[in-house]
Amino acid sequence: MTLDRTFVGRVYRDERYYEVGREKIREFAEAVGDPHPAFTDPAAAQALGRPDVIAPPTFPIVLSMRAESAAVLDPRLGFDFSRVVHREQRFAYARPVRAGDRLTVTVTITRADTVGGNDLVEFDSEIRTTGGELVCTTTTSLVSRAPGDETETP
Amino acid sequence: MTSATTRPARPGPRHAEVTAGLALPARTFTVTRADLVRYAAASGDFNPIHWNERIARAVGLPDVIGHGMLTMGLAIRAVTDWAGDPGAVVEYGTRFLRPVVVPDDDLGVEATVSGRVAAVLPEPRVRVDLDVRVGADKVLGRTRAVVALEG
Repeated sequence: MTLDRTFVGRVYRDERYYEVGREKIREFAEAVGDPHPAFTDPAAAQALGRPDVIAPPTFPIVLSMRAESAAVLDPRLGFDFSRVVHREQRFAYARPVRAGDRLTVTVTITRADTVGGNDLVEFDSEIRTTGGELVCTTTTSLVSRAPGDETETP
Repeated sequence: MTSATTRPARPGPRHAEVTAGLALPARTFTVTRADLVRYAAASGDFNPIHWNERIARAVGLPDVIGHGMLTMGLAIRAVTDWAGDPGAVVEYGTRFLRPVVVPDDDLGVEATVSGRVAAVLPEPRVRVDLDVRVGADKVLGRTRAVVALEG
């Protein structure tokens, strides 16, 4: 597979929104082992000044990963997903994701590069409400490891 | 993964009380294969390297490895428990240095998280740097969170 570097700058946007549900937040909070009541109890969230239960800080990955998969799995990009590991992840929050949010994701490919035989692809994803309010920006770096480079993340 | 009792709202430190170098309470957490299955379902990340040993080895990994995002999600609790509000995180980022190998047993793998205040930023923000290890090995690198504290 050969990585197509001309994909840098491409934008992927799915017009369908993701509606954040309380039970989805509960499920995610349980999966990261965090019992904070603001994830499950609306009254506890309101005591912290939030209109409804909030999601754990890494929850936006559920949306960004789903949106980025459209690019990652595009065969024309030439990125071998079977050898992918996560290299770097960043979040910048305007506010926590909360139950009832209807969110869309706009993905931009910011890097497509081969370094030391390993293919790197990076994305910026902007998560906004359907009303246009910015909630979170995520930055993701994935590496598809060349055979022979087995343990250390480049 | 350990559980904790519920806490009162926002019991955390105030911005004015915090100084650079302050150590946050260290945490340890355990990840088992069952935790990986639970995280896969909750996150939608069904990459088989996180649950299928045959496929993990076929792509050159030593065994099934944990989701980097699970480690990242577990580690931030060192910050949010200290700050008292999981919604107070303004920025959070990390590099994934080494895979967290999760053995096929009931014990799983234990990771330790320690943190310290790296910088007191203009009110209400502070930057916390985290150190996340399995045994002596750092599994995350440049792990930094910015949180907004009470004024």
